[in-house]
Amino acid sequence: MDDILLLDAIERYLNGEMGTEEHEHFNQLRKNTPEIDQMVVEHNMFLHQMDLYTSHRNIKCSLHEIHANLLNRGDVNEGGTISSKGKIIQFWNKYKRVTAIAASVGGVIALFISGLTVYFSSAVTDPKLEQLGKDLEVVKKNQQYQGTIINEVKTKIPLNARLLSGGSGFLIDSKGYIVTNAHVLKGTGAVVVNSKGQEFNADIVHIDLQKDLAILKIKDIDFTPVKTIPYTIQKSNSDLGEEIFTLGYPRNDIVYGMGYLSAKTGFNGDSLSYQIQISANPGNSGGPVFNKNGDIIGVLSTRQAQADGVSFAVKSRNIYTIIGDLNKSDTSLQPIKLPTKSALKGMERKAQIHKVEDFVYYVKAYGQ
Amino acid sequence: MKGDTNEQTLLKGLANNDSKAIETIYKDNFNMIQNFILNNSGSYDEARDIFQEAMIALYEKAQLSSFTLTCQIRTYIFSICKRLWLKRLQQLGKYTNPVDGFEETVAIEEDFEEHEKRNAEFAIMDRALNSLGEPCKSLLEGYYLKKMDMIALAAEFGYTNADNAKNQKYKCLMRLKKLFFSQYNIGE
Repeated sequence: MDDILLLDAIERYLNGEMGTEEHEHFNQLRKNTPEIDQMVVEHNMFLHQMDLYTSHRNIKCSLHEIHANLLNRGDVNEGGTISSKGKIIQFWNKYKRVTAIAASVGGVIALFISGLTVYFSSAVTDPKLEQLGKDLEVVKKNQQYQGTIINEVKTKIPLNARLLSGGSGFLIDSKGYIVTNAHVLKGTGAVVVNSKGQEFNADIVHIDLQKDLAILKIKDIDFTPVKTIPYTIQKSNSDLGEEIFTLGYPRNDIVYGMGYLSAKTGFNGDSLSYQIQISANPGNSGGPVFNKNGDIIGVLSTRQAQADGVSFAVKSRNIYTIIGDLNKSDTSLQPIKLPTKSALKGMERKAQIHKVEDFVYYVKAYGQ
Repeated sequence: MKGDTNEQTLLKGLANNDSKAIETIYKDNFNMIQNFILNNSGSYDEARDIFQEAMIALYEKAQLSSFTLTCQIRTYIFSICKRLWLKRLQQLGKYTNPVDGFEETVAIEEDFEEHEKRNAEFAIMDRALNSLGEPCKSLLEGYYLKKMDMIALAAEFGYTNADNAKNQKYKCLMRLKKLFFSQYNIGE
C-alpha cells in the first residue's frame, strides 16, 4: 500500500500535478532520502520508455494503414509478375510428379483418417465443456446506434436483426472464405470485422455440427480479395509439447495468447481435437491455433469448465475434410483453394502476429 | 548538401505523425525500395517490412531535437534499407553482394545502431506488456498509451470508482516495471 502511495506521489511530482508546497516538501524528501531520489529517476526513465514505446507503436500503425491505402489506390503494387518467374516454372516442372504423388497419398490418408475420426467422434453436449462463443447481449439494432457513434463505424447488421453470438474466424482462401466454429453461428447471417474494425457482410456457406466447423464467405463490395495468405493449414498431426499461439476476439480488440499442445486427443478422448494449454475466453471460439512456424494446426473451440487453461481445438486436418465435402457437394461455388505457402517460418513472434492479424476476423452472428 | 525546404517540411510532418506527410514520403520512396528488395531475392512482404522499418528509423531521427538530415530523404531511406536488408540476408545465411544500381548512399552506421537499440527496447516493453495478462495490459495501455483519464477507464473496466481503478493501475504498473527492468538491465 505504501509503495502505491509513493508511486502516486512520484507520478504526480513528475507530471507537475503537485502544489508548490507539496512540491517543495517532496524536493526536500528527495534530497534527504537517496532511495526515493533513485526511484524518481528510475520512474522518470520508465515513463520515457513508455512514451517511446507508444510513439513507435503509433507510427507502426500509421505506416500499416498508409500502405493499405496506397495499395488500394494502386500507387503501390504488390503481386503481378515477378521477374524470376521462369525459375518457379522450371522448379514446378521438375517436381510436378513428386508433388502429385505426395498429394494423392496425403489425400488417401486424410480420407482414411477422417473416416475413422467421424466414426469415433462425439458432438459437444457434455456439461463439463464450455463453448467459447460469446453470447452477446440481446440489444435491438436501433439501440445499438448509440454505441456505434463512439466507434464511428456503421454496422452492417440489418436494421431489424439482433446480435446473437460472436466469436473469431480466419481466412482460408483469398477470395474471402473464413473458417469458424459451428457453435459461433447461432443465427441466420453474420458479419465479420477485421482487426482494423472494418465490417463485411458474410454468407454462411457450410456448417458441420459434428466437427463443430463452419465456413463463411465474405460477400461485400468493400472487401478486396487479398493477394496471399501468409500461413498454411497443417494436414498432419502435431506433437505433444509443441508451442502454440492464438489470436481472437474475446473483446472488441484482437487479443494474443500463447501456450502448448498438451494432449493429442480432446475431451473424453475425442480424436477430432487436441487438448491445449492456453488461456481462452468466450469469443476466442473459431480462432486459429498456430504452431511456432505460423502454420495453423487447429481451431480453438471449447474449454473445460472448472479447469484452468484447459482448452480444446479442432484439428486443422478437419478443415481439409469439410472443404473437400463442400467442393464436391456444392458445384455452384468457386472451389476453395487452401493456402499452400507459409511466409512466417523463422520470424519473430511479433512479426508473425503483424502478418497474420489482418486475416483473423471477429465474427458476429445475427438473427431476427 | 542540405535538404531543400520541401523536404524539411515533410520531415517535420513525419516527426509529428502527420499522415499526409508520411504518405508523401511513403509514396515517393516505396517503389524504389521494393525494386531493390525484389531484385535481391526478397519478397513483396519483405520489401514492405524493410521499408517500414526504415521509415521508423527516419521517424525516430526526425524526432530528436538535434535533428539534421544532411542528405536527401531518398538517399537516407535507401542507405538504411540496404543496411537492414544485408543484415536480414546474413541472418538467413544467404549473404550475397547486393545489386544496388546507381543509388547514392550515405554513412548511417551510428543511426543504425541507435535504431537497433530502440528496437530492442521496444521489444522488451512489448514482451513485458504482453506477459502482464488482462486486465492489467489494457488498463495500462488505456492510461499510458491512449492517455485516457482514470474516470473513463474506471467506467470502461467496470470499477466502482476512479480510486480503485487507480490503485489497480499502480499495482499493474509495479509488475510491468519489474518485468521491464529485469530484461532491460541484463543488457537487452
